[in-house]
Amino acid sequence: MRFILKTRYEQDLRLFRDQTVAGWYAALAIALLAAPFVLPEYYTTQLVFIFIWGIVGFGLMLLAGFTGQISLGHAAFLAIGAYAEAILQARGWPFFASAPIAIALSACAGVVIGLPALRLTGIYLAIATLAFGFIVEEVLARWESVTAGNSGMMVAPLRLFVEPIGSQTAFYFVCLVAIAGTALVVRNLLRSPTGRAFIAIRDSEISAQSMGVNLARYKTMSFALSAGITGLAGALYAHQIRFISPEQFTIFLSIEFLMMIVIGGMGSLHGAVLGAVFIVMLPELIAVAKDWLPQVIAEQTGLKGTIFGLCVILFVLFEPMGLYGRWVKVRTWFSLFPLYKSGLFKRQKSYQKSERLR
Amino acid sequence: MELLQLVISGVAMGCIYALIALGFVLIYKATEVVNFAQGDLMMLGAFVAFTFASIWQLPFALAVVFAILVLAAVGALFDRLLLRPLIGQPPFSAVMVTIAAGFVARGVATMVPGWGTDTHALKAPWSEGVLRLGGVVIAHDDIAIIVLTALLCLLLYFFFRRTRIGIAMQASSQNQLAAYYMGIPVRRVHTLIWAIAAGIAAFAAVLLAPITFVHSNMGFIGIKAFPAAVVGGFGSIPGAIAGGLIIGLVEAFAGFYLPEGFKNVAAYVVVLLVLMIRPSGLFAEMRRKKV
Repeated sequence: MRFILKTRYEQDLRLFRDQTVAGWYAALAIALLAAPFVLPEYYTTQLVFIFIWGIVGFGLMLLAGFTGQISLGHAAFLAIGAYAEAILQARGWPFFASAPIAIALSACAGVVIGLPALRLTGIYLAIATLAFGFIVEEVLARWESVTAGNSGMMVAPLRLFVEPIGSQTAFYFVCLVAIAGTALVVRNLLRSPTGRAFIAIRDSEISAQSMGVNLARYKTMSFALSAGITGLAGALYAHQIRFISPEQFTIFLSIEFLMMIVIGGMGSLHGAVLGAVFIVMLPELIAVAKDWLPQVIAEQTGLKGTIFGLCVILFVLFEPMGLYGRWVKVRTWFSLFPLYKSGLFKRQKSYQKSERLR
Repeated sequence: MELLQLVISGVAMGCIYALIALGFVLIYKATEVVNFAQGDLMMLGAFVAFTFASIWQLPFALAVVFAILVLAAVGALFDRLLLRPLIGQPPFSAVMVTIAAGFVARGVATMVPGWGTDTHALKAPWSEGVLRLGGVVIAHDDIAIIVLTALLCLLLYFFFRRTRIGIAMQASSQNQLAAYYMGIPVRRVHTLIWAIAAGIAAFAAVLLAPITFVHSNMGFIGIKAFPAAVVGGFGSIPGAIAGGLIIGLVEAFAGFYLPEGFKNVAAYVVVLLVLMIRPSGLFAEMRRKKV
């Protein structure tokens, strides 16, 4: 166990805790930069998906994991980002102009859904976002002059400026920059007064309010930021998948996003990425496992949903802090080696808290 | 005449929504858990009833009773295995577990031999034929749905008002801690509530199945029943029934008078409007925040 004696204020402002942590992130960065040149193209594509879902994870984590607002409509923000990007690129706009507009449109949608959220809590908010998701899906299916309706639309390869980028490798780097930038923005945001206000709202709205946090302002801001980040992911998703149609952005995708951050670990940015890794790897793992399973089970269409559901149940019951929580526990066990206590990460039961909101 | 026709079909559909919403509300009131798997419980109920009635060739009434009993057991098991360990955890955990359980239920239903991903027909003895009253044509199915829902509501009303266990349930839904102090076995009450809600889901399934057929995705109707529960105010039993009827009627009228596509989203537009005007539903009880 290492303790850092802080002697200067700048130490509090550092992005990484110490040299070792910075070293690990540098190693990760180098590995990711080298990946497209070393790995086969198939794995590069999987990494791109991890990046895109990771960006969604950041967005949703900001809202659900740090502000405590549950959204069942994030697929709608992804859809708005994807359609805005697809339509603008088809009209000849470069990525540097179309992506900000896609983000801004999603963020505006986030404000729209965030406004009723000011008066809604818990299940009412979840249903409002769910309703919003359905309405967006239906609008995309019916507004045929713009979105081509249920027949869907093809998306051209990404154009950064004028020329389309040629290879999957180039697109990989665009996504890598996008997720790194998002991570930096979200991480810094969470260390700022805004982020602390979000966390205060999550932990107790009443105490946040009494400490002078403007609930309306920060909840709306959280929705807008979350939606904007998801919109960026949507823009990248459109280029990756090359074909978008309304039935890709259903309530089930929204639920899958929620499951992703639950499995990754609520309330941690690492968890968002780990959840994305899990969600992309799961079909691969199932494909591998199919060789081992009896044929009766292996050929079932419902297998993925069942396994996914089981994973979520097991995580919520036995590891509520998700993959990242498990990692933290393992790490702590090693660093404290003979002194680890089993109650170290025990969470307070909700009925033992002084505040109980219904 | 046209209007009356629409009203009747809307009310019939609304009754189904109301029954599912009732399941949400019962569980939410008693345990403060939102059960996202209610629609999938209904799907299981339909399949179980189908198994008894069509595969094993039992008489329909017996199949229905068995289906309700089986589902009640499933509901109790659900609570015992999945939700009791989560008492004291943030409500979001319980929500995720019910969503995931819905996924599992749907997946497992497609794997059961004889159920699968196919569409099955479940015929009720009343499901042939229509009733003509003046110029109005009413399917027997619709009549059965409306009458049986009304009967079930009456039954539930007396259960919660007149029986000892029903009153204990009301007490534990109003204040769990106080109910504990009064010697009410709150945890057992929770399990019982889950059993009742799952039984109601099976009942709704049997009513719905003759109209929509039995298939592994029929639980999606549960997502439509959410607006019903919310419009009425999550946590109010009369509200759930009123909400279901409102959603059913709005859908029927939107499908007839508005352009195509509005029928699918009518329920959600209504719920957004209601939430904007009354953030906790039309029939919500006033609740102050406790600090």
